[in-house]
Amino acid sequence: MTDVFQLLVAGLSIGSIYAMAAIGFVLLWQTSNTINFAQGEFVVLPAFVMVLFLTVFRFPFAAAFVATVIVSTLLLGLLVKKALVDRLIKMGVLPLVIATIGLSMLIRYSLQQFWTPLALPFPPIFSRQPIRVGGVIFSFEEVMNVLFAAVVIGGLQLLIRRTKLGWAMQAVAQNRDLASILGINVSRLVGLTFMLNAALTAVAAILIAPVYLVKYDIGIGIGLKAFYAAIIGGFNQVRGALLGGLLVGLVETYSAAYISNQFRDAFALIIIIGVLLLKPEGLLGVKEEWA
Amino acid sequence: MGRWRTRALLAGAVAVLVFPVLLEQYKLYLASLTLVYLIMAIGLNLTLGYAGQISLAHAGFMSFGAYAVAILGPLGVPFEGGLLIGALFAFFWGIVLGFPALKVKHHYLAMVTLGFNIIVFLVIRNWESLTGGSFGISGIARPQWGPLRFQSDREYFYYILGWTVLVVASAHWILHSRWGRAFRAIRENEMRAEVVGVSLRNYKLMAFAIGSAYAGVGGALFAPLLTYIDPGAFTLDRSIQFLMMVVMGGLGRFEGPFIGAVVVTLLPELLRASEGFYLIIFSLAVILMMLFMPKGLVGVWDWLVCWITRRVVGPADPPAPAEPAAVLEPK
Repeated sequence: MTDVFQLLVAGLSIGSIYAMAAIGFVLLWQTSNTINFAQGEFVVLPAFVMVLFLTVFRFPFAAAFVATVIVSTLLLGLLVKKALVDRLIKMGVLPLVIATIGLSMLIRYSLQQFWTPLALPFPPIFSRQPIRVGGVIFSFEEVMNVLFAAVVIGGLQLLIRRTKLGWAMQAVAQNRDLASILGINVSRLVGLTFMLNAALTAVAAILIAPVYLVKYDIGIGIGLKAFYAAIIGGFNQVRGALLGGLLVGLVETYSAAYISNQFRDAFALIIIIGVLLLKPEGLLGVKEEWA
Repeated sequence: MGRWRTRALLAGAVAVLVFPVLLEQYKLYLASLTLVYLIMAIGLNLTLGYAGQISLAHAGFMSFGAYAVAILGPLGVPFEGGLLIGALFAFFWGIVLGFPALKVKHHYLAMVTLGFNIIVFLVIRNWESLTGGSFGISGIARPQWGPLRFQSDREYFYYILGWTVLVVASAHWILHSRWGRAFRAIRENEMRAEVVGVSLRNYKLMAFAIGSAYAGVGGALFAPLLTYIDPGAFTLDRSIQFLMMVVMGGLGRFEGPFIGAVVVTLLPELLRASEGFYLIIFSLAVILMMLFMPKGLVGVWDWLVCWITRRVVGPADPPAPAEPAAVLEPK
C-alpha cells in the first residue's frame, strides 16, 4: 500500500512538469491558433541553455536560472513570434503547423550537430534525500517539483484571472475580431503569450532536466505528453491542461509500475481515445461553436 | 496549346518508361520509392488537400498494406490479394477514424490520427507472433503472375509503375467526378456545402477512407521493395514526412503530390554530401518555404509551365488559369 503513495508523488511530480508544457501549448492555441509541434523542443533548448550557463559560464544557480528564462523568452518567445508567427498566422492553421514541425527538427538536429549527441548530466536542484512520513518514503526532489510547479501554475492562474493582461487573453481566446474591435492589440498579445509560453517551458525544462538528463531528442516524448495532456483535459481550458498533465503523469507512472513498461505510452492513448469518443472537447473543455 | 500538352505528356511517359533501363541498383530503388511515396501523397492530398481533413496516421495506414502482404504472402495468398486486403483494412480503419472527424474540429483530428499512428506502431512492435515485433519480417516475396515474374529490381519498378498509373488515373477520375466537386465544396465552406445539399457525413468519411486506402496500396508495394519491413518504417515521423510532402508540393493541386514526392525523396540524396547537416538544411528549407511559398512548390511549377508554353507556343496563347491552391482557414 505504501508504494501507492510513493508512486502518487512520483506521478504528480512528472505530471506537473507535463502540465506546464501543456498549459503553454493551450495558451498558444487559444490566442493564436498555433498548434505548436515544437513544444517539446521548447523544453529541451532551455535545458541546454541552462547547462551552458551553469557549466561553461559558471553562473551561480539562481543567476543561471534567471538567465535561462530570459534567453528562452527572447529566443523562443519573441523571435519565433516575429519571424514565423507574424507572417504565417494569416495563412490559416496548416502552414504554421508545418513551420513548427520544421522548427522542432531544426532545434533538435542543431543541438545534436553543433553541441552534442550525448546525454549531458544536470545537477539536481533539490536534494534527493528521502523523507519519511509515517511508513511512506517520499523523494524530497519530487515533492519540491510538485510544489514549485504549483506555485508557477498558481501564479499563472492569478495572472489570467486577475490582471488586465489575463482578461485580454481570455477575450482574444473567445473572439479575436471582437477583442480587436474592443481595442485589444491582438498581435502584441499573441507575442506576450509566446513569451509566457517560452518562460513556462524554461521552468519545465529546469525541473525535468535532472530527471531525464539533457539530450537533444528528449523533446519528442515531452512534446507528445503535452499534446496528450491538452487533449485529455480540453484544448480551451488552462485548468484542463493542468488536469490532463497530472493524469498523464499518474497513468504513466502507475502503468509502468503495475502493468507493463512496454505499453506505458499506450494507456495514456487509450484514455485519449475514450475522451475523444465520449467528450471530444476534453474533460474540462467547453464546446466551441462549430465551423 | 492542347497539342503541345499532349506532346509534353507523351515525352514524359516515354522518359519514365525508358530511363529505368539506364539506372543502377540504388537509383532504381530510389525511383521505385518515389513512386510509392507518390501513391501515399496522392492519398493524403485527397484527404487533406481536397477535403481539408488533416491526417497524421498515414504511415499507420501504410503499415496495414505492408504487413498484409508480408503476413499473407507465405500463406499462399497472391500479392494482389494481400494488397487488396491491406487497402480494404486501411479503408475500414479510415472510416472508423473518420467518425470523430464528423464531430470535432481540425486540431482534434490531428490529435486522434497522431494517437492512432502511435497505437498502430506499438501494436506492430509488440504483437511478435504476428508481426515479428521489432525484428520485422524479412524475405517478402515479390509478385508473380504465372510465368511472368517481377523478381528483379527493374521488373519490380515497372510493376510499381503499373499500380502508380492506376492510382493516378483513379484519383483523377474521383476528383473530376461528382465526388471531387463535393470534396472541394466541403473544403471551401462546410456550411455552404451542406446547405446546397452535399451530404457532409458521407463525403467526409469517404475522403478520409479513400485516402487511407491509397496509403494501404502504397504500403503493400513498399513491403517487397527491400523485401524487409519493421515497425520503424511506420512511425509518426513518417506520417509527418508525408504531411510535409503534400504541403510542400501544394495542397489541393493535382500536380502537388508529384512535386512533393520527388523533392522529399531526392533532396536527402542531393544533400548527402553534407552528412549530419542534412536534417538541419532540410528543416531550414521547410521553414523558409512556408514563409515565402506557403502554397507549395506548385507555384514554381506553374511559373515554369507558363514560361515554357510562352516560349514554345508563343505569347498569343495565354495559359489556362491555374486552379488556386488550398489554404485552410482556421475555423
